[in-house]
Amino acid sequence: MNRREGVMNQRNGNNGLSRRRFLATTVAASAALSAPAALGQGRPRVVVVGGGAGGATAARYIARDSKGAVDVTLVEPTRAYYSCFFSNLYIGGFREYASIGHSYGALAASHGINVVHDWAVSIDRDKRSVGLAGGGSLSYDRLVLSPGIDFKPGSVPGWDLSQQNRMPHAYKAGSQTQLLRAQIEAMPEGGVYCMVAPPNPFRCPPGPYERISMVAHVLKQANPTAKILIVDPKAKFSKQGLFEDGWQRHYAGMIERIGPDFGGDKVEVRPGAMEVVIDGEVTKVDACNVIPAQQAGRIAAVAGITNDAGWAPVVAHTMQSRADENIHVLGDASQQGDMPKSGFSANSQAKVCAMAVRGALTGSKVFAARFSNTCWSLIGTDDGVKVGASYEATDEKIAKTDGFISKTGETAEVRKATYKESLDWYAAISGDMFG
Amino acid sequence: MTARSTAFAGKSPSFRAAVGLLAAALLALLPALGAWGSDAERGKALFKQCKRCHQAGSGAEHRIGPHLNDVFGRAAGSLGDFRYSPAMKAAGTGGLIWTGATLDAFLSDPRALVPRSRMSFAGIGEQGDREDLLAWLRGFSGAVSELPPAEPTATAEEYGLDPRLLSIEGDPEYGAYLAGECTTCHREGGSGEGIPSITGWPSDDFVIALQAYKRGKRVHPAMQLVAGRLSDEEIAALAAHFRDAGDQP
Ligand SMILES: Cc1cc2nc3c(=O)[nH]c(=O)nc-3n(C[C@H](O)[C@H](O)[C@H](O)COP(=O)(O)OP(=O)(O)OC[C@H]3O[C@@H](n4cnc5c(N)ncnc54)[C@H](O)[C@@H]3O)c2cc1C
Ligand code: HEC
Ligand code: HEC
Repeated sequence: MNRREGVMNQRNGNNGLSRRRFLATTVAASAALSAPAALGQGRPRVVVVGGGAGGATAARYIARDSKGAVDVTLVEPTRAYYSCFFSNLYIGGFREYASIGHSYGALAASHGINVVHDWAVSIDRDKRSVGLAGGGSLSYDRLVLSPGIDFKPGSVPGWDLSQQNRMPHAYKAGSQTQLLRAQIEAMPEGGVYCMVAPPNPFRCPPGPYERISMVAHVLKQANPTAKILIVDPKAKFSKQGLFEDGWQRHYAGMIERIGPDFGGDKVEVRPGAMEVVIDGEVTKVDACNVIPAQQAGRIAAVAGITNDAGWAPVVAHTMQSRADENIHVLGDASQQGDMPKSGFSANSQAKVCAMAVRGALTGSKVFAARFSNTCWSLIGTDDGVKVGASYEATDEKIAKTDGFISKTGETAEVRKATYKESLDWYAAISGDMFG
Repeated sequence: MTARSTAFAGKSPSFRAAVGLLAAALLALLPALGAWGSDAERGKALFKQCKRCHQAGSGAEHRIGPHLNDVFGRAAGSLGDFRYSPAMKAAGTGGLIWTGATLDAFLSDPRALVPRSRMSFAGIGEQGDREDLLAWLRGFSGAVSELPPAEPTATAEEYGLDPRLLSIEGDPEYGAYLAGECTTCHREGGSGEGIPSITGWPSDDFVIALQAYKRGKRVHPAMQLVAGRLSDEEIAALAAHFRDAGDQP
């Protein structure tokens, strides 16, 4: 808690200052403490910031495949990573909360990764060092940033982070997800659940709509006269045909979506009164899930490698920042081209990055980059769907080469098999990230 | 007991005894019938489900799964030269011996009996099917003088593939990199119901499976997408990598 506040303060203080000046003072203040980090015995040093889908995978692959030739430090504030993937299934009652939590123990024990539980708060690109909230700094030969997302301030009028307990986003998993589930369970009979959906681009394009399915699944059993309202600034959304078909089959009459043609893009929330104002019209709601517009995790902007849209552009072949070749950016924070912001994508990008980093630091072989993604969504019990694609690196971007998507009208067996695949995928990607 | 024996439940004890005697006599006369009423010939046909992973018969070798000669009476996971999952080995050292009853339980739901086994097989629901299959399999256990030759697990011809695809030498280092794409779904050494285990496979079986997806002879959207862009050399490289890929503890 203290650390978090420390970071917030620094972030606020940072607003008016130039990046370099701000960084210079932080680094100077912590320089005395940083001496131990320099004991690398000549081994090249990699610092990974963020122990999620991108960062944990990159750290594990670099350490594992370099067999000790590279000194890998992972900076991640939380001791247990609660994945956003499958957090909707927790909301729907298909997963236990504990089953989506993962520790960093094996990364340290099996791969010799130095796991530092702290926030990175500054990056000095000239000195190649990362400042930590707890004091001290880490120097690097290559830096990997995979900090996920932060929310764009002011994107939903009436909402800011101080309101996240009344109107949770549940778009970074953990206590927020638990809170949202509790609020859904506490809804009065026949009450209204409202989701304010985000504009593009955002993490996990089918995520909000899978969540709607899971909320409907819970309410249909516990509170069948309840209503679900989606306020959406987007005209279209991912797997739309599949979701709408599934909602019709499982939750007929329960879900209403207000798109931009009916003012879904003109929304204001009033957390105190539990009201949502859509194009001037006030609606009283009982649970409200606000998913604001997104941008790269704040540390990417602090490093000065983000563009006007708030994302960090990268070179597709290596995932190197276009602004600094010593920094690689993975996952949601990167602007890479055609891949959706997903855990699968971040994991896929991390492997390309790990190969490039090892190649640069140890001279190991470097092969052509290739990427892939598949996103499963659960619509109802045993009713799973998926969308997937493969990608290659071009000089311009990560470019889609081919893809597939589930179809409406598939048999119940196919849908059940698809759901079972997703369970095994979750086990596999968790193992791939955390060992 | 079996569905067939319940048919006798209403009859008199003497009738049952007579039938029992008759059965015993029949059994002695017809060694091909492993147990009352089971049909080894049908069992042979049912073994098709197992054949893509297992061999049984003279010259049988380990393939994706261990050979199944002399399986009756042996401890689970006990053949020294096959790389079993830790779970299967532990089941054997914990006392699991393959008998008619334990095999029946295993085949009805492999992961219920041996959780985390690497055998990617959902199970056989029909008890009669299991009995027939086991009756046939029993013929490959014990003092058997002349076994029919073991049949191959997969052949290139089966999928209309050029057999030369099987002789490409794969680069395991390249395979290790390419494998990164696979392990997001196929947990190394893992075993799932939805996504099968692919570690420790003989190269031929591996190449045939991937080529079959690549050429649309096996249908699955995700695997066809994955295999569709792999070159023949890349498939060989992956086969070389996964043949030796280790189990996760
Ligand atoms: C509801 C929902 C459902 C989803 N479902 C799926 C799905 O089914 N499949 C799928 O593939 N994807 C899914 N996703 C998307 C997926 O969660 C993200 O795309 C993925 O986590 C991105 O990985 P990342 O490494 O970029 O970020 P994250 O996994 O979010 O990891 C970022 C990490 O960085 C840490 N961090 C941030 N700032 C700092 C700092 N300054 N210093 C140190 N550490 C820092 C954070 O604590 C965090 O642990 C879903 C997302 C949501 C919200
Ligand atoms: C997809 C491949 C596959 C299929 C299909 C398959 N098996 Fe297996 N089988 C395996 C593997 C792999 C193992 C080793 C499991 C382990 O180590 O956990 C195994 C193990 C076994 C064992 C234990 C052997 C020992 O030495 O302990 C038996 C018995 C067996 N299988 C029988 C069958 C039968 C009968 C069928 C058909 C109904 C079948 N299997 C179908 C792959 C398969
Ligand atoms: C998106 C998830 C996903 C990815 C990525 C993936 N697979 Fe698969 N794979 C599956 C599924 C699901 C099946 C089962 C398909 C079926 O029923 O035919 C499968 C089946 C297979 C089989 C056949 C298994 C059997 O028992 O017959 C092989 C071999 C295989 N995959 C290899 C690979 C390789 C090699 C890669 C990487 C180049 C890979 N897979 C990547 C999901 C995936």
